[in-house]
Amino acid sequence: MTSPTHAPAGVRETTEGTVYDVTGGDWDQIAADIAQSDDERIIVNMGPQHPSTHGVLRLILEIDGETVTEARCGIGYLHTGIEKNLEFRTWTQGTTFVTRMDYVMPFFNEAAYCLAVEKLLGIEDDIPDRATLIRVLLMELNRISSHMVFTATGGMELGATTVAIFGFRDREMVLDLFELITGLRMNHAYIRPGGLSQDLPPGAVDALREFIKKMRKNLAEYQKLCVGNPVFKARLKDIGYLDLAGCMALGATGPILRSAGLPHDLRKTQPYCGYDTFDFEVPTTDTCDSFGRFLLRLEEMHQSLRIVEQCVDRLEPGPVMVADKKIAWPAQLALGPDGLGNSLDHIKKIMGTSMEALIHHFKLVTEGFRVPPGQTYAAVESPKGELGVHAVSDGGTRPYRVHFRDPSFTNLQSMAAMCEGGQVADVIVAVASIDPVMGGVDR
Amino acid sequence: MSDEHLNGDANGAPPAPRGGRGEVIGVRHGMFGASNGGDTSGYGGLVRTVRLPGASERPYGGPRGEAAWFDEVADELEGALEEQGLLPENAIERTVVDRDELTFHIAREHLPRVARTLRDDPALRFELCTGVSGVHYLQDAGRELHAVYHLRSITHNRLIRLEVTAPDDDPRIPSIVDVYPTNDWHEREAYDFFGLVFDGHPALARIMMPDDWQGFPQRKDYPLGGIPVEYKGAQIPAPDQRRSYS
Amino acid sequence: MGLEEKLPSGFLLTTVEKVAGMARKSSIFPATFGLACCAIEMMTTGAGRYDLARFGMEVFRGSPRQADLMIVAGRVSQKMAPVLRQVYDQMPNPKWVISMGVCASSGGMFNNYAIVQGVDHVVPVDIYLPGCPPRPEMLQDAILKLHEQIRTSKLGVNQQEAAREAEEAAKKALPTIEMPLSSEKKGLPR
Repeated sequence: MTSPTHAPAGVRETTEGTVYDVTGGDWDQIAADIAQSDDERIIVNMGPQHPSTHGVLRLILEIDGETVTEARCGIGYLHTGIEKNLEFRTWTQGTTFVTRMDYVMPFFNEAAYCLAVEKLLGIEDDIPDRATLIRVLLMELNRISSHMVFTATGGMELGATTVAIFGFRDREMVLDLFELITGLRMNHAYIRPGGLSQDLPPGAVDALREFIKKMRKNLAEYQKLCVGNPVFKARLKDIGYLDLAGCMALGATGPILRSAGLPHDLRKTQPYCGYDTFDFEVPTTDTCDSFGRFLLRLEEMHQSLRIVEQCVDRLEPGPVMVADKKIAWPAQLALGPDGLGNSLDHIKKIMGTSMEALIHHFKLVTEGFRVPPGQTYAAVESPKGELGVHAVSDGGTRPYRVHFRDPSFTNLQSMAAMCEGGQVADVIVAVASIDPVMGGVDR
Repeated sequence: MSDEHLNGDANGAPPAPRGGRGEVIGVRHGMFGASNGGDTSGYGGLVRTVRLPGASERPYGGPRGEAAWFDEVADELEGALEEQGLLPENAIERTVVDRDELTFHIAREHLPRVARTLRDDPALRFELCTGVSGVHYLQDAGRELHAVYHLRSITHNRLIRLEVTAPDDDPRIPSIVDVYPTNDWHEREAYDFFGLVFDGHPALARIMMPDDWQGFPQRKDYPLGGIPVEYKGAQIPAPDQRRSYS
Repeated sequence: MGLEEKLPSGFLLTTVEKVAGMARKSSIFPATFGLACCAIEMMTTGAGRYDLARFGMEVFRGSPRQADLMIVAGRVSQKMAPVLRQVYDQMPNPKWVISMGVCASSGGMFNNYAIVQGVDHVVPVDIYLPGCPPRPEMLQDAILKLHEQIRTSKLGVNQQEAAREAEEAAKKALPTIEMPLSSEKKGLPR
């Protein structure tokens, strides 16, 4: 490959065949061409390190005065190679990686991945009810915390720092629950193929009930703070317009699609984790703009709170891992001096009494379980839209290929459609209303 | 969950092909990843053929808890292709039903026509494409690179999968960006990671890796690229260099 | 004996070094350099509960030219590394770097083709902060430790002397690990 800095885009014939250059144009030539034309074009590069882009997003805007005539995204600045890394770890270890993809919604990554693995194993029906309920509970709590981050960062980018402080204050309450239940504030790896890593700790149900009460009160504050605020409204209304036809063509899902009036929500249309047994509504608006998306997310937080409440009411004692000991990690976990691990009692028992249990334990943890060959696609409705997992197994103990169809990645494509023809300042609002998280976009 | 379909039955019979069909994608040797004779466990001689689920017979049925719509979709698609003067058996190489999911293996030259039919036919109406996922089957000679598309119909509440293959020495697949504009970035991503060249894509450039990156990092013959790390005084090789279960 | 005894009461003697250290440590302006998960925890640290304002550094500067502390919060990809270095170069001296989280410090669990195995390959790091992600309290602890480091840092000739000593010590230090030569790389040039 020739040095990209000197290679103009185009086609060259070489002895090895035709070589297509995909390096972009020769900058000097582009500059010379532009200098000759009459119209004055200014190209503004925002990012990848910029205070008001979500993470390491690079925006390339061509502006005419204050109007954006062309907008393009540059992504990949956070590409982590997680999908490749998964191929070198066991299926269970995979949750530790996928939880770090879209770090604002870790439980959705874990749940989607585990649903895919369970589908490959053919054990969807064997997951204990309690595990499924706790999954739903955590996912809905996570939806609240994710929307809180949207509200907070979106507000901050508009200069509304009060909203930012409020958002992070309430997100802390959700994170406290996560910490109580999983032991970690972020990147939990709590949902495992076959169930959960451990049961709810004592006191969790009381904390949840307390949280529901507090959060219901706090959610009303956003309504008062933002919805009636004329400045906030003026910044968001009719900005980032994308109608239904645009959404379908660009594959946008989640709040963007629902702000165009289509009540498409996988929790209702393709229920997973028993969502069809919960009582909740899918809010929609027909404004197709950023304000509509903001209102939707506010309402979704209320609905999530409803689901959380139903989950807490329905919780009944029971196992949280499949009964099949060929899949279930020896889950007698306890907190030790070096973190969460197998309980010493359990280790003492298997080391002292049962050689076979020890061998089995060792095999399962070091080798992992084998998954029959095949491929599957599992999708969940994440706070940002359809989060799909395409998992391929070749019958081994490690994934052959796992691909995440991340909603942020797909939705971010609609940035150009939302921003072109608008003002530069509105680009920030439009991007914020997409709510992209670069960890999910780049993976 | 067991290995019996891979390992043969308990009587020590050689591995039986799964019901006599299935797509062979590779062969596994040994068990503990030791290839240089260091495996004294007795499992070193194990040879297992890896087969993905093969073509299914009609009736295809449907997913659990739903009407049996797989046959309906297959009939409609075949009918619609015939109407356009395209023999369905030329376009659809095989139809696989596995784990409640319907997969059409499409001949790559017919992909855009099939995708357009699936999107526009009123009885099919797969409006939403959830992107393309590349898979690299290193040992599947002549069809190493697979592109997998998932299509969702919001009208009929259905999900199907299209699978297209291309050989490693001619990794070309027609682009379906003009049918599903959402595939723009997805196809760029598949190109970036697998080197799949989508003919007709408006701007097929790298999207994740730097523009001057060499190689396609998520292919199976591309190393993970990790470095050895020190842990408690010992040197631990990168994950792809360690001995592992095969 | 010295000058102190001749001074009237109410005077305090110190060195320029100490005064400058005190002043510097109390007015740190971090650059917004959020990358991944850790960036969310960094924002949390700045928000209500943990309140970085108590240490006089709640204002994250958008422009690197107004900042003197870079908190590298998250995994640094090969594509981001040149950007990171450019932002660092744009910051005025004196400047400090906190490498927040294991990914920034050593590559962490992402030991692969995409991630720079430690941001110290790109910029000099003053504080390594482990954790995945570190809790806000840990970030605060790192910041306080950096404050202490800044407060006691040397100036002028003393600084040069200290830098020389540090370099001598680094030269004498034994490598902790022998790296193998880059082995044959399959599948790379296509």
